[in-house]
Amino acid sequence: MTDIFGLLKGKPEDSDYEKKGVIVQGITGSYGSVHAKQMIAYGTNVVAGVTPGKGGQKFEGTVPIYNSMQEAIDATNAKISILFVPAKFFLGAAKDALNAGIKLLVAIPEHVPIRDTMEALDLAKQKGAVIIGPNTPGIMIPELIKIGIMPPMPFKAGKIAVLSKSGTLLYEISDALTNAGFGQSITIGIGGDPVNGTRLIDAFEMVKDISDLEGLVIVGEIGGDSEEMLAQKIIDLGFNKPTVAYIAGRAAPKEKRMGHAGAIVMGTYGSAESKVSMFNKANIPVAKRPAEVPVLLAGKMEK
Amino acid sequence: MQLLEFQAKEIFREYGISLLDSIASTNIEEGRKHAKQLGYPFVIKIQVPVGGRGKAGGIQKCQNDDEFDIKYPQVMDLEIKGEKARAILLEKMADIKKELYLSIFLNRSKRCYTIIASAEGGVEIESVKTQIIKEIGLGDVSDEVAKEVAKEMGLEGITAEGVVDTLKKLSKLTIEKEAELVEINPLAIMQDDTVMALDGKFVTDDNANFRHDELQKYQEKTEIEEQAEKSGFSLVELDGDIAVVGNGAGLVMSTLDMLSDNGGKPACFLDVGGGATTESVYEALTLISKLDRVKGILVNLYGGIVKTTVVAEAFLKAYENNLIDIPVFSRLKGTESEKAKEMLEGSRTNMFDSIEEAINGAVMGTKK
Repeated sequence: MTDIFGLLKGKPEDSDYEKKGVIVQGITGSYGSVHAKQMIAYGTNVVAGVTPGKGGQKFEGTVPIYNSMQEAIDATNAKISILFVPAKFFLGAAKDALNAGIKLLVAIPEHVPIRDTMEALDLAKQKGAVIIGPNTPGIMIPELIKIGIMPPMPFKAGKIAVLSKSGTLLYEISDALTNAGFGQSITIGIGGDPVNGTRLIDAFEMVKDISDLEGLVIVGEIGGDSEEMLAQKIIDLGFNKPTVAYIAGRAAPKEKRMGHAGAIVMGTYGSAESKVSMFNKANIPVAKRPAEVPVLLAGKMEK
Repeated sequence: MQLLEFQAKEIFREYGISLLDSIASTNIEEGRKHAKQLGYPFVIKIQVPVGGRGKAGGIQKCQNDDEFDIKYPQVMDLEIKGEKARAILLEKMADIKKELYLSIFLNRSKRCYTIIASAEGGVEIESVKTQIIKEIGLGDVSDEVAKEVAKEMGLEGITAEGVVDTLKKLSKLTIEKEAELVEINPLAIMQDDTVMALDGKFVTDDNANFRHDELQKYQEKTEIEEQAEKSGFSLVELDGDIAVVGNGAGLVMSTLDMLSDNGGKPACFLDVGGGATTESVYEALTLISKLDRVKGILVNLYGGIVKTTVVAEAFLKAYENNLIDIPVFSRLKGTESEKAKEMLEGSRTNMFDSIEEAINGAVMGTKK
């Protein structure tokens, strides 16, 4: 099982405790540069950037740029990278990172071919590494570390874990939680693709044993059956922390991809009804609107 | 994208999968020529991107010219689950012993390809009790696995050989064309014990389109959906009268749900995406202005990466150029939303603090 807090924070005895180094792949691109700046502003320790052909330069005058992940890791010993390259270069960049020793790879690009994701996952498995995404907003421990593209305003440190397939719904629902007084211990973006490096069920494994966890929020959407799998897991484990779910796409037509490559109902496979009924079976209330999530969570806590 | 039966069969033929003779047409004159070429008897099959066409009368036997003249237009005019005929396939009749089921599909939650096979074919696989399921990683099927499948299906001799051969071809096709699903249902055992694919389903990974120019001719999109894709946002046309615009697929889906819950009917799903600019949002509004059925626009934005002011600017430009003359109901939150609200004050945009209020406004404001 992945010790995600170990990767993101480290141990109190580590010299780099709570400031683990992060490498930005594609740091000179329009997207990568904007978000590298925002991550640094949030307090994330961005130690290097990688853009082939631009090695030796410095990003914003401070962050060294390398030609390859191997060079960047040799220089910094970082174990985390965030990847901003265009989808068609994802597989090459992911291999470069995994082969060089990255243990947590956050893959932002949308429209990565499924086959490329699967190949990267195969390699990650061999290397004992974790991939989050592709097509994810990223992962964060509010007020400590942000490895992603999420705006900072909706999030506040606290004791609720939020797992979400969608980016904007993660912001929207975290905002509602924060306003209701529920800060977040960690938020994990799963991504909207058919095949996810970290599935809902894997993300749940990462957070379920947080010692002071007070609640769990699952933000799903139509497509696939990862919500159903997670509900079954929660039933099997008898996980009893207050948990609330939200599912987007009840009104979507069948057989149509709704923006996300993974958001498609084929027959009954992937339907909102199937997900809602499994959550009900697991005694997890499903909010009808994002704003209802904190209300249901408070209700669960009172019981 | 999902291919129609005759398109899937074109690809099957390319890979050497055994098929009956068949020809596709889009009008009766063309069809008559094909009928002569093929010779009676044959089957007339409607080509629609949904299942259940047999039950709906979309597959008809045809013995002679008189029957053809009656049945071809009948089948052509059918509407199945809201889908009109894209084409008509004429296919030779088969004298078959038994129907089997064979598919390779991408198992999303297991993150591998999976073979599903069954000795019971011709019905929906979900309803079949004895399914043979094999996980095959990235899609490669070895001789051993293929033979095992045939054995577990209870097959022998040339039939077993035929299934092994078909399975290996499906595997090659899955890998090379980057399929999410290839299905043959039914795979028929003929009187001479060989096998033949009587139907075909084929779904490809849209994200891999850039590697598959050869598949682009099968792409089926409305003109507006195609323009949207070019501009970098995703648009799905729906049949209601309130256009729904937002950023992020999840947020827009969520807005559709809430709108429907409150009695509104969405006209489209439009996600301006993470890289939205004033120009691209203006482009989106141009597309919406072309949908005659739209009586109002509901906007739900959570500014993160996308600044809400960028979107506000696009709306102001659209008003200035008289692109939009219908009411707009907006909820803006996040990055620069206070400034965006100021910009839009006194314009055609009705501003609301919560999405619930904006939806109410849209439903009331478009009722006439």
